[in-house]
Amino acid sequence: MSVAGAAADGLLVGALRRIGAVAVFFFRILAQCLPALGRPRVVVHQVYNAGARSLIIIMLCGLFVGMVLGLQGHDLLARFGSEDALGVAAALGLLKELGPVVGALLFAGRAGTALTSEIGLMKATDQLTAMEIMAVDPVRLVVAPRFIGGLVALPLLVAIFNVVGLFGAQLVGVQVMGVDAGAFWSQMQAAVELDDVAEGIIKSVVFGAACSLVAVYEGFHAAPTAEGVGLATTRTVVTSSVLTLLLDYMLTAAFL
Amino acid sequence: MRPNRALEIGTGLFVLLGFAALFFLTTQLPGSGLSLGSEAGYRVTAKFDNVGDLKTGSPVSMAGVTIGRVQSVGFDPDDFRAVVTLRIDPQFDRIPEDSDASIQTQGLLGGKYVGIGPGGSETYLKDGGQIEFTQSAIVLESLVNKFFANFAGRGSDGDSSKGQAEEPAKEDAK
Amino acid sequence: MTAAVQGLPAAAAAPEVVVDVRGVHYGFGRRAIFAGLDIQARRGRITAIMGPSGTGKTTLLRLITGQVAPREGTVSVFGEDVAAMPQRELFALRRRMGMLFQNGALLTDLSVFENVAFPLREHARLPESLLRNIVLTKLHAVGLRGAANLMPAELSGGMARRVALARAIVMDPEILIYDEPFVGLDPISMGMIVRLIRRMNEALGITSIVVSHDVEELGAIAHESYLLSQGKVVASGTPAELRASNLEVVRQFMEGIADGPVPFHYPAPDYVAQLLDGSAR
Repeated sequence: MSVAGAAADGLLVGALRRIGAVAVFFFRILAQCLPALGRPRVVVHQVYNAGARSLIIIMLCGLFVGMVLGLQGHDLLARFGSEDALGVAAALGLLKELGPVVGALLFAGRAGTALTSEIGLMKATDQLTAMEIMAVDPVRLVVAPRFIGGLVALPLLVAIFNVVGLFGAQLVGVQVMGVDAGAFWSQMQAAVELDDVAEGIIKSVVFGAACSLVAVYEGFHAAPTAEGVGLATTRTVVTSSVLTLLLDYMLTAAFL
Repeated sequence: MRPNRALEIGTGLFVLLGFAALFFLTTQLPGSGLSLGSEAGYRVTAKFDNVGDLKTGSPVSMAGVTIGRVQSVGFDPDDFRAVVTLRIDPQFDRIPEDSDASIQTQGLLGGKYVGIGPGGSETYLKDGGQIEFTQSAIVLESLVNKFFANFAGRGSDGDSSKGQAEEPAKEDAK
Repeated sequence: MTAAVQGLPAAAAAPEVVVDVRGVHYGFGRRAIFAGLDIQARRGRITAIMGPSGTGKTTLLRLITGQVAPREGTVSVFGEDVAAMPQRELFALRRRMGMLFQNGALLTDLSVFENVAFPLREHARLPESLLRNIVLTKLHAVGLRGAANLMPAELSGGMARRVALARAIVMDPEILIYDEPFVGLDPISMGMIVRLIRRMNEALGITSIVVSHDVEELGAIAHESYLLSQGKVVASGTPAELRASNLEVVRQFMEGIADGPVPFHYPAPDYVAQLLDGSAR
């Protein structure tokens, strides 16, 4: 209904309507979050799906991002003779930007698409309608636990990403480029503030909410066909990515 | 919904790992965070006119070797000076009583640390002792300001940085 | 209405109307699906709703269960207007209804047992032993007690539909709605479903609404039939009455004639003219 409706409206009105629909859906989920938490087992399942299953890709990418930071940071800092600040550069880069943003993008691609296609398939096979007929709100039973799962999983994934990334940067910076290990860590510890860590955590929570919301919204509103689910999955990746970067700018501007 | 042991264990591991990472980030990265490092050692205080942006957890070093950490940065309302408590690792127990402490910068852009210059006394600093001879932080901005002021030939500008780049309070005849 | 074959004679003897669809208009955008639809389903009867594909049979079920609201007219279930109900009351109403979906619509991540137990777990706080007994009884009724521990992916189409039927009746509904229950089944499974529908109706006295286009099967079980075409009821009555009808549209449907009031050709410009005119497509 939303897809066909949006196409009938103009571009601007269609976009406005979509934002409104997502917001309304968001409040529907919020209203069902507490009842959903009454079934910890379902939520645990979703934390597993969104989090544990994304762990390998997050760690792998964290390592490589950290290693690239080590190389690039070293190259840049060496021009100012401040190679010792590599730890600071890597830590701040990861904590404040790369961790939350790259983490969220990976999350959208790995867990977000899985959420969308799972819910979309449930819709296409009438499972959601069946629940409604059985007087069970699918938002409570299907959508809210998945939203909470994503919301919990992303900050944890980002934290893991950051730690792995730091070790990647340390690996390249210290082992390969020869930065002093003590300087790497002590300068990092001296320069990084609790606020920097908090900024990263807040960002990851916001991105987690945004990406999960987009994923469950697209799945829930997918056209109930194989084609519709495919389209919805694509939209999840595109919308989550754009939204993540947009929110990142807004949050960064707010923090600075 | 059905109990699934492997799944729950996997989730537990993931959550544990995530929180361990969060814990590491919040406590180990910021020097101001909780330190897991040893609390052993002895404490000495030093008063500075200006500590710059010296922080809790900043290193204390002697001849370039880290021998301890800044435990707290306080303010003495009586003589308007900063009171810095240093925790020195126990193995460095032979620091002469008349050593001096100065606040220095790591590299061009790095953080502040406390450098200890050894004195010549035969008696050593003990727990609760105080370092008498101190040198304040050199504030980079004021130096730069001064430099540009001089460079532009506007020597009168020195006023603006007054109070920040005081002369080192070094009563010591080193 | 164009009710050529007028329905049941003695209204006095007929049981009360449980589902009452009156003058319903409905459509997507400019396309009208229903233009003045009237259907009544009586308590304890099997009401068949037939019609060619694309006549909105499934949409009718969505109207009855309150998933969509009509543009005009009313849909009442147990005497209450479904479209005017707030969500809470609608959910309460739906607990008195069961629905069998075309493909079963079993929840894929739950076992057969848990699928059947699902409505009970959601709506009733029952001790586990009682719940188990109820679920096994219902599974036994559809002949699948032995399949309780299978996952939906391991079931054949006919089995999935029978599990879905067990789930639909687990709350002891008063109304049971079947959406195309015979589609895509082999003759044996089809026979099983036909038998089950009749047994549910006879043994439990459930009011049944069956949407289908399988004339044979419906003829064997339905008490009343409605034939839909072009958004309206074109004929109603017992299956025998429908079969005896000499209305062209009814005969075409009942006997499966390729061309007639429902044309073989989708509306198109003149054939020869289009062939000669190379430009138009």
